[in-house]
Amino acid sequence: MNARRTLATTGRVLLQIRHDPRTIALLLVVPSLLIGLIAWLFTDTGTFQQIGPAVLGLFPFITMFLVTSVSTLRERRSGTLERLLTLPIGRSDFILGYALAFSLLAIAQALVAVGFAVWVCGLEVEGPIGLLVVVAVADAILGTALGLLASAFARTEFQVVQFMPALVFPQVLLGGILLPRDQMPEVLQAVSDWLPLSYAVDALNSVAAGDAVGEVGLDLLVIAAFAVGAIVLGSLTLRRRTA
Amino acid sequence: MVNSLAIECDALRVRRGREEALHDVDLRIQSGSLVAVLGPSGSGKTTLLRSIVGAQRITGGQVTVLGSPAGSAALRRRVGYVTQEASVYDDLTVRQNLGYFRSIVGAPRGDVERVLDATGLADLGGRLVASLSGGQRSRVSLAAALLGEPELLVLDEPTVGLDPVLRVQLWNEFRALCDAGTTLLVSSHVMDEATRCDRLILLREGTVLADDTLPALLAATGATDAEDAFLRLVAAEPGGAA
Repeated sequence: MNARRTLATTGRVLLQIRHDPRTIALLLVVPSLLIGLIAWLFTDTGTFQQIGPAVLGLFPFITMFLVTSVSTLRERRSGTLERLLTLPIGRSDFILGYALAFSLLAIAQALVAVGFAVWVCGLEVEGPIGLLVVVAVADAILGTALGLLASAFARTEFQVVQFMPALVFPQVLLGGILLPRDQMPEVLQAVSDWLPLSYAVDALNSVAAGDAVGEVGLDLLVIAAFAVGAIVLGSLTLRRRTA
Repeated sequence: MVNSLAIECDALRVRRGREEALHDVDLRIQSGSLVAVLGPSGSGKTTLLRSIVGAQRITGGQVTVLGSPAGSAALRRRVGYVTQEASVYDDLTVRQNLGYFRSIVGAPRGDVERVLDATGLADLGGRLVASLSGGQRSRVSLAAALLGEPELLVLDEPTVGLDPVLRVQLWNEFRALCDAGTTLLVSSHVMDEATRCDRLILLREGTVLADDTLPALLAATGATDAEDAFLRLVAAEPGGAA
């Protein structure tokens, strides 16, 4: 690992995104628009207060999954990855460089989304709002890590987009947003115990309910473990020699 | 180190899928020479070059580059590789691309301007790569490989799609690099580029047909140019009437 090469990669990825202002605008604005839509949809019920916190974690997770998997797939297909792997850059420098760049974007996205949900849509949060942002960022990092991993198994853009329903939707369904996890059939509950997004939803709900910070910390640890696992697996799939 | 070997392949075999792409290739390339790998598309040129830079999984044999096994970590800053497709970032400017590869290679800061001048890109530094023509893009890709002054440059079809004037310019640049001590291995499917090399390797269906200087090859085959020599060699192969 080498800090200079990791940071150079982070800087390069951010520069690429800077040349694409439309993507930046979509990344920052779309989650807030959807949160606003949900709040409006459930104006006369208490549903927004129930699912709002979890939704805050969902958007960074999903958008970062997509953005990361598509951009690393592009890198594999354009030949730039093959070139980089013949140069003195470590595989972990490459992966961490990407993870860092998208995490920075995720922080900006989470700040906008949380601010909009709390101050414009009136989402009530008992715990510290800063902690809500921290959890949302952790979800984004998780999405980035899983996206890096997924791109290793995709050969085309079509495939990588299909990973979204294949990998992300089951986590959304079983994560406890549609139905609290303790009300699910036992088998599905057991499955959801092994899905990282379940811990993200738990953490967001805990912050909103004003639970002890320690409980949120435990969930964050699980999310971090999944993210690190995905990043390690992802860097193992980067092969300097290919067939 | 006048007579040292830059590249040594011993019985190199590569299988890609069901087909064997290279069959027992033996090669010796002297340091400081400009060598062309010529052959039709599908002859194994890219596979051979990828084996030399260590990007290709090989089935058998050995490849030694600058005294170390191909692909070893120590070689990553001593060998520059340009893939056939321009492997640079479309959504960055020329200078931003080179700046990134410069910090990966660990070359001095001024190196970006040096390679921009060397590849005639000085005026295009601020342009987005996506807005460049195919020939300009491949020059950006070449410029990136020149960063850090690698001892060995492996170039996969760098002149494909370039206009004749630019092709001559590039070959002059290759010759200048070679005179300055760099070893260059350049692949091409344009046979007349043989005239600009110290030595040429003719490749066909994964086998080396010839590895010689152009005059020696012409004398041995009685041919008038490299293309003719290639045809005569194919015809002389057992069962290889062209």
